Amino acid sequence: MGATLTIAVIDYGMGNVGSMRNMLAKIGVETVVTSDPEVIMGASKVILPGVGAFDNAMRRLEQLDLVAALDEKVREQGTPFLGVCLGMQLLTMRSEEGELPGLGWIDAETRLFDLSDHPELPIPHMGWNTVQDTGRGPLLVGQADGARFYFVHSYRVQARSEDDVLGVTNYGGEFASVIGHGNIWGVQFHPEKSHRYGMTLLNTFATTS
Amino acid sequence: MGFKDPKYVGDPRNAVKIFNEKMADELALLDIDATPKDRGPRFELIEEIVGEAFMPVAYGGGIRTVEDASRIISLGVEKIIVGTHAVEDPVFVRGLAEHLGRQSIVACLDVKRSVGGSYQVRTRSGQKRTGANPIDLARQLEDEGAGEIIINSIDRDGTMQGFDLDLVRSVSSAVGVPLIACGGAGSLEDIRQVVGVGASAAGAGSLFVFHGRHRSVLISYPDPETLREIFL
Repeated sequence: MGATLTIAVIDYGMGNVGSMRNMLAKIGVETVVTSDPEVIMGASKVILPGVGAFDNAMRRLEQLDLVAALDEKVREQGTPFLGVCLGMQLLTMRSEEGELPGLGWIDAETRLFDLSDHPELPIPHMGWNTVQDTGRGPLLVGQADGARFYFVHSYRVQARSEDDVLGVTNYGGEFASVIGHGNIWGVQFHPEKSHRYGMTLLNTFATTS
Repeated sequence: MGFKDPKYVGDPRNAVKIFNEKMADELALLDIDATPKDRGPRFELIEEIVGEAFMPVAYGGGIRTVEDASRIISLGVEKIIVGTHAVEDPVFVRGLAEHLGRQSIVACLDVKRSVGGSYQVRTRSGQKRTGANPIDLARQLEDEGAGEIIINSIDRDGTMQGFDLDLVRSVSSAVGVPLIACGGAGSLEDIRQVVGVGASAAGAGSLFVFHGRHRSVLISYPDPETLREIFL
């Protein structure tokens, strides 16, 4: 890991970025929390966290001129990128939760959980759960047996291609909990609230992507 | 699974860091002075503590309005815990659940045995008697939208003599939502027992903070294998 590696964590007013910043600091990653497109352009990698509603998030990103900046930085320049929770859902083409289009960087859609076969399971999916590595990407490599992550979400991502699904989780059926395409990854859970397991995942993103 | 309820000794930020190391599943932050002192939540402190926590956080203490609750959730807290204000006005819980979703609402009942022997709910950090029965109140709060209920035995709290199993058993058989037992944990065997009478989770304060006869401060926490064995 070079001395100049810096990860930009986008703060666009959708959630508390403190845990993310502190966890990255704990694993020794140089981090800058920012909404400044210029600062983002100078970063080595980008993390987009997010808690809240899809349309609010897309609107904020537009208002802050971040959509154009991220398109350039991530899609054009191929900078490694990690979307977390809502940040992962924003990667998709659209969401049932809102009207606005998503970033559309991964051919996938975000849909409400369909738990009609499991009336005992509440929405949102909230709590600790495991992730099964599909073996199609590096993001989960290095996890201990029984690795668990903290989830809070009512909507989940459906990818058009199985090749983009790097990890699956069971909640009334399997859903994609980790997606990835090229330099772009998304995790549905919160690594910053998944203590040791989250740290391993962020470390893998920081050092190997 | 496990649920941490630290009555912190010293700076909460340091306590949080220790629980991070120990990989606690969830942290409950309770400001027990807020309501007795007629104070609302300390938002800046909460935000700072949440930023230090590498696990989900539940906060309780002085939440009086839906706005308070919303603001706390926006600071990165997953669940809010309401005690006094839920008991004094159960309809408040309905408003919270409608606004935030019941999965984010935890109702906390402090229970003490009266002189006559019956269980009664108390509010305002145990100072005020309500005359209400915990089973009835738990049912009512569940109906109003509480997603989880904490039953705290005031009598057992801090004693490390074991949970009040009768109390937990009677409430857990009356409600459908997860029940968290608090008050009295003295050993992992106690936790095993209270899970056996219907608790979905157990909160422990003294057990993980004080160590030995002289109650010197040492924050500890069971390892994942032990917890798995107790809860599954």
